[in-house]
This record gives sequence, C-alpha cells and structure tokens, in this order.
Amino acid sequence: MNPFFARRYVIQGIFIAAAIIIIVRLFYLQVINDKYLLSANNNVLRRITIYPARGVILDRNNKILVQNEPVYDLMVIPREVKPFDTLEFCRLLEITKARFDKQFKKARNQSIYRASVFEKQLSARVFAAFQEKLYQFPGFYAQNRTVRYYPDSLAAQFLGYIGEVNDKIIEKSNGFYSKGDYIGISGVERSYEDLLRGQRGVQNLMVDAFSRPKGHFADGKYDTLAVSGEGLQSSLDLELQRLGEELMRNKIGSIVAIEPSSGEILAFVSSPSYDPNLMVGRQRGNNYMKLLNNPYKPMFIRPIQAEYPPGSIFKVINALVAQQFGLITNSTTYVCGGGYRYGNRVMGCTHVHGPMNLTQSIQYSCNTYYGYTFNKMIDHAGMKTVKAYQRWQEAVAQFGIGSKLNIDLPNERKGLLPTADYYTKRWGGETWSSGFNISLSIGQGELGITPLQMANVMAIVANRGYYYNPHLIKAIGTKKIIKPEYTKRNNVGIDRKYFDAVIEGMSRVVNQPGGTAVYSKIPDIEMCGKTGTVQNPHGADHSVFVAFAPRVNPKIAIAVVVENSGFGATWSAPIASLLVEKYLKDSISRPPAYKTRITQASLLPAVKQKLQPKPTGKVDSGKIKTTVKP
Amino acid sequence: MSNVRPRNIFFNVDRVSLYIFLALCLIGWINIYAAVYDPEKANAFDLGTNYGKQLIFIITACLLGTFILLLDVKIFSTFSPLFYLVSLFLLMLVLVIGRNVGGNQAWIPIGSFRLQPSEFAKFSTCLVLAQYLSTSTIKNKSWKTTLQAGAIIGIPVVLILMQPDVGSALTFASLIFVLYREGLSGYFLIFGFLGIVLFILSLLLSKLILISGIVLLIGLILTQLRNRKQWIRPIILSTIGSILFIFSVDFTYNNILKPHHRNRIDVLLGKVEDLRGEGYNVNQSKIAIGSGRIFGKGFLQGTQTKYDFVPEQSTDFIFCTVGEEWGFIGSIVVVGLYLFLLLRIIFIAERQRSTFSRVYGYGVASILFCHFALNLGMTMGLVPVIGIPLPFISYGGSSLWGFTVLLFILLRLDANRMGII
Repeated sequence: MNPFFARRYVIQGIFIAAAIIIIVRLFYLQVINDKYLLSANNNVLRRITIYPARGVILDRNNKILVQNEPVYDLMVIPREVKPFDTLEFCRLLEITKARFDKQFKKARNQSIYRASVFEKQLSARVFAAFQEKLYQFPGFYAQNRTVRYYPDSLAAQFLGYIGEVNDKIIEKSNGFYSKGDYIGISGVERSYEDLLRGQRGVQNLMVDAFSRPKGHFADGKYDTLAVSGEGLQSSLDLELQRLGEELMRNKIGSIVAIEPSSGEILAFVSSPSYDPNLMVGRQRGNNYMKLLNNPYKPMFIRPIQAEYPPGSIFKVINALVAQQFGLITNSTTYVCGGGYRYGNRVMGCTHVHGPMNLTQSIQYSCNTYYGYTFNKMIDHAGMKTVKAYQRWQEAVAQFGIGSKLNIDLPNERKGLLPTADYYTKRWGGETWSSGFNISLSIGQGELGITPLQMANVMAIVANRGYYYNPHLIKAIGTKKIIKPEYTKRNNVGIDRKYFDAVIEGMSRVVNQPGGTAVYSKIPDIEMCGKTGTVQNPHGADHSVFVAFAPRVNPKIAIAVVVENSGFGATWSAPIASLLVEKYLKDSISRPPAYKTRITQASLLPAVKQKLQPKPTGKVDSGKIKTTVKP
Repeated sequence: MSNVRPRNIFFNVDRVSLYIFLALCLIGWINIYAAVYDPEKANAFDLGTNYGKQLIFIITACLLGTFILLLDVKIFSTFSPLFYLVSLFLLMLVLVIGRNVGGNQAWIPIGSFRLQPSEFAKFSTCLVLAQYLSTSTIKNKSWKTTLQAGAIIGIPVVLILMQPDVGSALTFASLIFVLYREGLSGYFLIFGFLGIVLFILSLLLSKLILISGIVLLIGLILTQLRNRKQWIRPIILSTIGSILFIFSVDFTYNNILKPHHRNRIDVLLGKVEDLRGEGYNVNQSKIAIGSGRIFGKGFLQGTQTKYDFVPEQSTDFIFCTVGEEWGFIGSIVVVGLYLFLLLRIIFIAERQRSTFSRVYGYGVASILFCHFALNLGMTMGLVPVIGIPLPFISYGGSSLWGFTVLLFILLRLDANRMGII
C-alpha cells in the first residue's frame, strides 16, 4: 500500500466540492433567480407594432381627398455600422454633416445593439436614391410607414391633420396609444379618429444577436394583424371646393355650401387656407409654427369658429317668425320714411322706401319694416315683454342660431343669441322693451352667427321649414353607414306657407332688375339670395351673401362671407353665384373676366398689430362691434 | 502482452468509463447540433456545418481509441520521452509556422483541419511524468525530485504561454494534484489556495487594509500559539511571504497579464460593469443558462445560443446550450457524468499495480477536472473567461482527439492492470 494512499480522499473531496459549487451555482441561476429568463426574452423578443393604414377620405364623387403615401424611417444599429463615406451619405439623405453627427450620437446613446430611428419619414423620392446605395452603409436599414398625402392640396381645415401622440394623450388613452402612434389633431381626422385609425397589429418576432428577425414567437400565436382604418366618404364636392378655394384666394372669409335635402356640406372653404401637405413630413414642425404665426390665421376654421352679426340676412328669420306668430301676413305693409322711430331715437334706413309689403321688405332690405315687425313681436304680442322676447328668442333658436349644429368637426362655436334674462340683467329689471334691443330686428347687436349657421338658415328656407344637421361625412366604411343623428329631420316650427313671400323677395334680390344682387344672376337658374353688408369698425365692411338655388326643388344652399371687402353684392354674391352655377350646371356660362376679377383680387387687410395672434391662437372676430347697412 | 491475449483486451476495458465517454460525445454532438441549428437547412450530416464535422471527429476519435486499445501496453512507458519531445517540438514549431486564431498562435494548419499541439502535450506530459515518478519518488525533503517533476510540467507550460494560451497553460497547473498524490507536501495545495484568495483580495481591497488585516490575524494566532515555539518561525515567514506576494500581485496584474485578462478578472470581481464589452460573453452565457429554468426549453428550442447571443457557442460556451435547452435537470446530469467519470478515473488509478499507470491516471483526472471546473465555472461567471474546451462535449477535433487519447491510454493501461510494465 502506497504511503500516500489516503490522499486520494483529499483529491476526491476537492473534485466533489467543485461539482457541488457548480451545482449550487446552477441552482441559483436556473431555479432561484428568474431575472435571466426575463433577460433572455428581452434579448430575443421584439414586439413589432404593425401600423394600420389610416382610412382614406373620398369626396362625394369618390375622388380622393386624402390618401396614404409610403415614407421610410431610416433605422440604424450602431454596432453594425462600418466606416463609410459620410459625405455621400449626407448628400443622398439631404442632411448636413452636423445633423448626421447629432443623429448618430443620439442613436449610439440609446443603444449600440438595438435599432433606433436615424431619420424619420424620408420621402419616396429621397429614399429611392438612397436605397440604391444602401448596401454601402451596413448597419442602416429602412422601415416603411405611411403618411397622409393630399393629391389636390384642398380642404385643409376640413380634413385637419394628424400628429404624433404626446405623453398626455398616451396617459389619457389608458394605454391605447403608445409612442410613435399618430392621432388626428384637428378636422375630420380628429372627429373620426376612432374610425380612421384602424387597429394596430402586433408581431412578436424573435431576433438574433444582430437584431435580424428569425421567425415568429410561438409560431405567431400571439401575433395580431393590423386592421386598416375605415374609409370615409365626405359630402364635399372636390371640384366645387377647388373653385371655392380659388375664388377665395387672397381673401379672408368662408364659404359653406349645403345640400338642403340631406344636410351634406358640399363646400367648406376657410380662407386663407394652406396646403395640407405642409402638415406632413419632416418639415411639419416648422410649417406649423409658420401657419400659427401667420397674421391672417389660416389655422382658424372660420366657417365654424368665426362669429359675425348676420346683418340683413337676419331679416329673413324675423319675417318668418313674425308670420308664424300671426303678427304680420304677406300683405302687411309698413311705410318707410327713411327710418324706424322709437322713443326719441331713429334706426335709420338707407332709403326712403315708402310703403313696403313683406316681399318688398326682403327685396329692398328695408330696416324700417323690421323695426315695426320686431316692435310688434316684442311689445305688442299680447304678453309681457320678457315673455314675448323669450318666445321670439326660442323661435329664432329653432333655426340653429345660438347653439351648435353638431357638425362632425371639433371646436364648433355656437354663436350668440341672448336670452331674455340677459337683457333683464343688463337693464336692471324687466321694464325693457323692443327699443332696448331694436338692432336685433336687422341682425345687429348682440348676435353672432357662424357662416355654417348662415348656410343652414338658407337650407331651412330652401326646405321651407326644416333642416338636417350639416355634416361633412356622408358615409362610413364600405357599408356606407351614415350616422343616425344626420338623418334626423329638424323642424323649425314655421309653417310652409309663410316661406312663399320671403322666397319671392329673395328671388327678386337676384333676378329682378334693380335687385341688390342682380349682377350675380345666373342664366337659366333662379337663385334666391340675400345680401348683407356688415359694418366693421376695425376696417372695411364684411361682405355677406346667402342664397339657395334653384327656387324650385333646391339643390344647394350657400353662405359666403368675405371679410373687409365692402358690399355683399360686390364680392360675396358673385362668388356664390359662380359656385352655384358650377354645382348645378358643372360649367360656368359667364365670361372668364367675371371670374378672374374675383380670383385676381386681393382683399387682405393690411396687417395691424391687433391681428397678431394671441398666444392661445384663438380669434374673436365674431365679437367685432358692427353696425349694419342694407 | 504476456498474460493478456488481444481478444481479451476489449473485455478488460473499463466499461463504465467507456460508456460515460460515449455519452458525453453524444451529448456534445446533440448540443452542437442545437447550437448551430438552422431550420432552413437542417441536415445532420452536412459536413459543412459544425455538427457534421463533429460527427466525423467523434467517429475518428472512436477509431483512434480502438487503435490505442490495440497497441502494445509497453509502448506508452517506453516511448513516453519520445512523445514528450515530439510534443515540445510541435509546441516550438507552432510558434514559427502556427496560425494565429483569436490572438493565440496555437494551431498548425494541416489541410482543412487545424492541429493544436497543446492538446497532445497534455497526454505526453502526463506520460513522461508518470514515467519519471515511477522511477523516483517525491519525498518531503527531496527538492531535487520535486524540481525535476516541476520542470517536466514547466517546459510545455512556458512554451504554451508563449503562444500565449493562458487557458491551456493553466490546465498543466492541475498536475499539482498528481504530485500531491505522489508525496508533494500538502502545503503546496494550501499555499496555492491561499495564493488565489490573496490574489483576489488584493485586487478587491486596498493594500493597507489587507496587510494590516493579515498582521492582525497573525498576531492573534501567535498569541494563541505561545506554547508551541516551533510554529512561530514558519508563520512569520509565511506572513512576510504573503505580504511580498500582495505587492507582487500588482506587478503580475499590470505587467504580465494582458489587458483582456485584466478586464475579465475585473468583470468577474464586479469591479467594472461592462455588459457590452468584456462582460458581454459571461452575461449572455448566464442569461442562456439561467433562462433554461428547471426543465429547460427543450431540444432546439433555445434562443440565446441559436440566435448568436452567446459567442463561441459550440466550443467553449457549449454548456450554455445544455443549460438553456435541458435546464437544471440536464445540467445536473452532465455535471454528474463528469464527476462520476473523474471519481471513476481515480478509482481506476488506485487499482493499478504499477506506479506508472497510477500516476498517469491521476494526470488524466487532474487535466479533465481542470477543464471541467474552469469551463463550467467560466460559463456561470464563477471564474474569469478562460478559453478552454469542455472535454468530449465542446466542438473541435484537436481537443476531442486529445482527450480521447488521454483517456484511452489510461483504459489501455487499466485493461492490462494485472500485468507488469
């Protein structure tokens, strides 16, 4: 027996001890500590969001208003980048070397193993040139996405725009949105966000150490497909919209055209407008600031946010309401001596009209007639003034004035129609009478009406007593669903027969020689309209014209407001007549000069300090004090 | 060959070791297959892939083993000096004509394969050590014998360090177990162990704290040992020695070790957190093993190794695949197989009648143990990253053949254990 035989046990002991240490370590790694499993999943699993294509929006004739265009996010995995010609790279991407350095540093700081966005939203044009050379730049690859594209650059305020969600939205959405998602911020994009956005898909990819995809986790059991957003068909007529925007070029104002039989909005022009494509892509931030700082406020959606005293066009409503109350008839005649006298004051009229019946009062826009009429409705209605005013106010409110019409756009303003309480409070008791607010008779004073409400009033007159809530989207998705609230008929509480005299007066405005808008008479079409010229203490008068056509079986109701442009008949009425003719006949019969006089006119007011945008971006042109001329 | 006829050779071979050898080869092949598995081109016999090549290596290793079993048993002792000299020659040759792979000039290219002389130096050194110790014996005070045995081990170590392949060189250090078994003072083991502890402590703690700690400890021991004066001198000497050692650590660390060695040690000791640089391998390796949990992800279901998160996944880090796909259970089986093999080899060694065979057997056990402990320790983050393979499992012809020769010479000697060499 070897004298050192016992030493075998020492050596065996060392072997066994080492094995035990290893097993204990294994037990710790594999059984006790579960952070390694998480790390392994982090290593391998990539949750890839599949962004759905946003819904396409068509016009009423299935022409595309907004579609999706592919763009490319250039991604980089810093670790895989090999030396390359940076100057060539920058030239191809159209970026500066400084930008390159900054972006590359940013990516490196995020992770050198993981892919991060190097440059967002490269256009197809830039990317096409870059792609040919992509093999020269290992570590870079492209990921495609879609952005909005507006082939005709029209209807910016109507369509609105989308933008990346911010932290506040993410938090509020309870996890629905996540970083990198886009959301509708204004216009239809916002009001129909739920439908347009579609449903995101998820792919659980397994990737290798170089982030190369190696297949789907669990054979795609947890993957979901992206569902494209619903397509929307808008009620807009692309050609009418195009003509409207062309006519409003270099002018401030609005055009709203409505199909009376459905409430569908045919044209929705807010001027000045902007190219909606500016709100897409890499320059969006800059463009947005430029638009925001533009003194003419292109971001202000005038058709639903600008409130004006309606002026003479309000006489139409008073004529109808007074008839419905039984206080005047179509043969009621008042003599205009050049003004309406109340107490020791006079509300002037432009002319001495002499005796006026109802139709003539509309035709000639006689202030005196409506002074008497209003006086009768408020002071001689067989009830207390407050009660009578309340009845009047409620009747007017039926026309959609002073309340939102619930158009399918965000941020609609309701306008202004004071209640009886307002005057009671203002005059310190119920002892006031029509003399205190006689300007309401001619659409002046404490009244604010949006162009949309003006157009809607015309739709009501065209329909002789009812309207559908004006809306911009006529059908949703492939099934052409229409929102139920837009199929509900709203009666305004005026009997059909009371419209005849008013409509006759409106027809004469356009069609009878001597009418205020006879210059805007359309050959072969009997358009009924009413001019308004709204005095504006801050500048030139606002030109207003409302109309519907044809007189029998009307197809279009329209309101045109051109700010600071003078008489309604000068600008607004011709613009409306061109649009009406275009819509009804699909061509314009009047000589080109008729149109070019308008398109070439620049009626932008000089920029004054007060026009500079306030930090909030809100505008209160509706509160501009105005007086009214016929 | 006097009393064992050739037809009995296979009958006399230690079956247990043979089965464990085959089991480890098979486990190795399965896991190499899983590590480089690509569902698009899965062909177990594709010779262009690692697992295809490994299959060839395993078959040739078996042939090689059979060949060794058929050799005359006397060859090993008689020609051991020759083998040793050839190994040394190859180790020198590789420094001249070798191919540099991964910073180590350790490979001699032969056709499409590469030969690693250090693998062959292992068994030849064991053989010549056995030959030497079977003629002399290490006694407590026989410094000459100890030094000569140390020189036999030291020469290939120096040559290998010139490549410089620290991992392979380290495995020769394990031959200290052989010397210990043959009579080397146990203090060498204790001092070796204390040396490692001091090395680590001196990297972690400041010298002042460490030295005052040692002085305090020694002072405490001395007060307890007042009556035994014969202890005082060695203790004081070893104290001075350890203080000198502490100062030498800085020198070794900064001047002898290469930067990547220093980094690996720093990472292991937690002095730097570098999960993307030097720490990447070990971190990914731990993730792969740890993510296997108790039962593993299943064959071919591992993701960390297959998707290249773990580097060197079929060679040095092959155990990651075992850990990931077969879990704690599978890992224990592999560790158990190794432990069983090591104990079996010691058992075999101890049953030899000749000192030559016994010494050789301990040499085999020591070298296998060193690879087993350092490789697994490395994949689990217990020891610094040292590039040495896991015997019989890691991919690679040279290492598989080297270990096969190492083991089968022992089996051949054992089959003839009743004979006299």
